[in-house]
Amino acid sequence: MNHDPYYWGRPSDEVYGQYNYNIANAKNVEQHNQNNSNFPKMNTQQPIITGTSVISSKFKNGIIIAADNVGSYGSLMRFNNIERLIKVGSQTIVGISGDISDLQYIQRILDELEIQQEVYDNDGGDFLIAPNVHEYLSRVMYNRRSNMNPLWNSIIVAGFDSEKKPFLRYVDLLGVTYHASTIATGFGSHLAIPLLRNLIPENKDYINVNEEQAKKVIEDSMRVLFYRDARSGEVYSYAVIRLNEETGKIEFEFNKKTKVEDQKWRFAKDIRGYGSTQH
Amino acid sequence: MFRNNYDNDTVTYSPTGRLFQVEYALEAIKQGSAAVGLTSKNHVVLVALKRNAEELGSYQKKIIKIDSHMGVALAGLAPDARVLSNYLKKKAMENKLIFDKQIQTYKAVLSIADKAQENTQGFGSRPYGVGLLIAGYDETGSHLFEFQPSGSVLEYFGAAIGARSQAARTYLERNLEIIQQETEVEKLIVHGLNALRDTLSQDVELTFKNTTVAVVGKDQEFITYDDEDVQQWLDKLDSVSNARNREEETEENTEENTHETNNEDNQDHPTNEDRMETDE
Repeated sequence: MNHDPYYWGRPSDEVYGQYNYNIANAKNVEQHNQNNSNFPKMNTQQPIITGTSVISSKFKNGIIIAADNVGSYGSLMRFNNIERLIKVGSQTIVGISGDISDLQYIQRILDELEIQQEVYDNDGGDFLIAPNVHEYLSRVMYNRRSNMNPLWNSIIVAGFDSEKKPFLRYVDLLGVTYHASTIATGFGSHLAIPLLRNLIPENKDYINVNEEQAKKVIEDSMRVLFYRDARSGEVYSYAVIRLNEETGKIEFEFNKKTKVEDQKWRFAKDIRGYGSTQH
Repeated sequence: MFRNNYDNDTVTYSPTGRLFQVEYALEAIKQGSAAVGLTSKNHVVLVALKRNAEELGSYQKKIIKIDSHMGVALAGLAPDARVLSNYLKKKAMENKLIFDKQIQTYKAVLSIADKAQENTQGFGSRPYGVGLLIAGYDETGSHLFEFQPSGSVLEYFGAAIGARSQAARTYLERNLEIIQQETEVEKLIVHGLNALRDTLSQDVELTFKNTTVAVVGKDQEFITYDDEDVQQWLDKLDSVSNARNREEETEENTEENTHETNNEDNQDHPTNEDRMETDE
């Protein structure tokens, strides 16, 4: 018997000669003749160009979300102009980390969604808000993972719900979803979440935090990530969506090419390890 | 035998630019019993007259719930309406599943309009033989649409379709301003039943068996009242037969008994015209 994993259980060639697929008019003859690969069909096994963390937080009357502009090829900083925050509709931001080609695919389907839902046959009023966008993305992500062909991303959807309360929810390549007042993906879930939770210990506490406080912690988090996440960059984008309580209108602020400020590198000379031979 | 050479299919225009098969489909709506819809700022009401094929048979279903915020009333071929309402139900569920959101009435209506339009442009197909009144309440408020087999949809404050529906439209037109200002659902339903009452033929009255009522609106999920549940609304009416008949009745009552027997004869033998319209 052949013990090769791809031919397991078949008669071994050494003993019986090459298997003749034409025996009994086997239907898979053509397939075997054309496709000489030793592997069965394969989908994405790993991301190629990647984006690192997205970090986000609610505050009293809005949300803030940030992501840097780096696209890494392994440990190489291959691109530094990747925009990973996508605006959907007038009051929703989708932040994406993970595979950049999958990010671009998601960007495309979100554009299509916007055209379909907000332009075609729209009589006004029926606009996509953050919970709708999140539900849609979670269906896409879960469908892809169920086909064993996931979109290799972690996604944060930020905006407002139908009651004009801040909305922040996560979905990833497995179709897992959860909501929280502070969410970070990738390395950020280790480095930024402690800082964010320091500001907002429990989900309900976001109402005690104002925009300046949230923004400061996001800036601090981006700095810490730039210090310690070797796939991160110095330049990042951040978006603030806030409800103006006087006018009742939702304000949208999208800032690009923001730099990590107040960098102090004195601690760096003391860093040891990371495979270095110096001690 | 044929009215003309241009009504065999929907791919051929008549020289005057008409599509006769589509026009015949619109006629099919008028064969069905009446359905009336009316809106106020926060509510939409549908009322309809149900027929029973024979004395021992059940009454037809005239109002179909689509979702918790939307429903339709039909006039014409009931099987076609079932197909269309199942499609609407599917669309409504899809929208909930994919977007976690109830489908907007306008979009739901356009989805069946597109479906119906396709049937007016193919050789082997027949246009739907049913008209629908679609009532919905969504984030853009209360809406009432009329759907036609031609694929056209129009929004109305008040609309009526089916047999003798002109009488109901006349009532709605005359009372439009009062109806629009109405804040209480109860009164809106009474206006609906008044309009429906005007469509009745001579020998028919509104009863809890042949009347169906549905409401949807702000903080009010789509609800249908049938059979015993309708009686509460009929009790609010001053009369369950239409005005024309009431005038005749009072005239006849003041006259001698011989006329009453005549009246009974009339009931046993409704005019040919009536019979055509009441048979489905």
